[in-house]
Amino acid sequence: MSTKIILPELSEGVRKAMVSYWYFKVGEKVSEKDDLIELTTDKATFNLPSPCSGRLSEILIVEGSAANVGDVLGTIEEN
Amino acid sequence: MTQSRAFRNSPIMNLKIIDPGLVDFDTAWQKQKELFAEVKSGRLKHALLICRHNPVITIGRSGLKANILAKEIELDRKKIAVYEVERGGDVTYHGPGQLTVYPILNLNYLKKDIHWFLRYLEGLIIFGLKDFGIGGERKEGLTGVWVGKRKIASIGIAVRNWISFHGFSINIKRDDLINFSLIRPCGMDIMVTSVESETGKETNVEQVKKSFISLLANRSVAEPSF
Repeated sequence: MSTKIILPELSEGVRKAMVSYWYFKVGEKVSEKDDLIELTTDKATFNLPSPCSGRLSEILIVEGSAANVGDVLGTIEEN
Repeated sequence: MTQSRAFRNSPIMNLKIIDPGLVDFDTAWQKQKELFAEVKSGRLKHALLICRHNPVITIGRSGLKANILAKEIELDRKKIAVYEVERGGDVTYHGPGQLTVYPILNLNYLKKDIHWFLRYLEGLIIFGLKDFGIGGERKEGLTGVWVGKRKIASIGIAVRNWISFHGFSINIKRDDLINFSLIRPCGMDIMVTSVESETGKETNVEQVKKSFISLLANRSVAEPSF
C-alpha cells in the first residue's frame, strides 16, 4: 500500500513552500515520524515528518522546487 | 478562546535563559542544538540563548554564496568565518555589536503557526526597541524590523517538531555596521542601521540584553499582537 506525502497547512494564509531538503533518497527505508522533508517558507525552515513507516518510493517535488498546500511531494510504500 | 488570546494571557513559563556573553557562532550553534534536544525531550519547556558573536557570516537555506561580496582572502584577514545553517533566509552578518537571540520555544504550547511566530518575533523586537526611543516597524513581505527604509533587526528561524531554533539579531553598535558591506544582507540591496545610529547615543549591548530578557520572560510583554 502506498501513502502520499502531502504538503500540509503550514501557516494561516500561506499556500506555498519550497522543498529545501529530502532527508532520504528514493528506495531508502523510513520510519514514521522520521524527519522526511525540510521545507522553506519566508524566513523559516520547517521539517515534515514521515506519515508512516516504509520505503520512500517516489520523489515528485525535488529540492529547490516550490509546492502548494495539498500537493503530493512524494510517495512511501508502506511495510 | 482563540489560541492567540490564550497566549496573550499567558507568560512564556519555565523559560531557561542561557547568557554565555561573547561567543563564536559555532559554540552558540552547538548550544542551541543541546537546548533543542532538552526541549524536545520535555526536560525543558522553553529555552532562550542570548549572546553576542565574534564576527561571522551565516547563509540560510534560501541563501546564495554570491551574496557574500567580500573575497575569501579578505574574510580570512578579518577572521570572519562563514557557516551554512539550517535557518530560513539568505546571508547575514553577526558581530559583537549586535544582540543575537535564539528563542528555543516549544510552539506546541504557544501556537503551531510558523508565520505567526515570525510576526511575533517582529512584534517583540518592535516593542523592545521602544524602550530605546526607536520606532521600528514591519514591512509587508520583508521579514525583519525596519526603521524607515533601514533594517535594524534580522530574523531567520528553523522549526523542527514545532520547536523553534535560530532566531533574530538586533544591530546595536554603529561601528559594527561596516561589516555588512561584506555581504548583500538578506540577498538584497538594503541599508542597515543600528540603535546607536538611530538615537545618536552610545548604547550598551548589555542594557539591551537585559531589556529583551525581561520582555521574553515576563507576562506583561508576551504579546503576540504588538
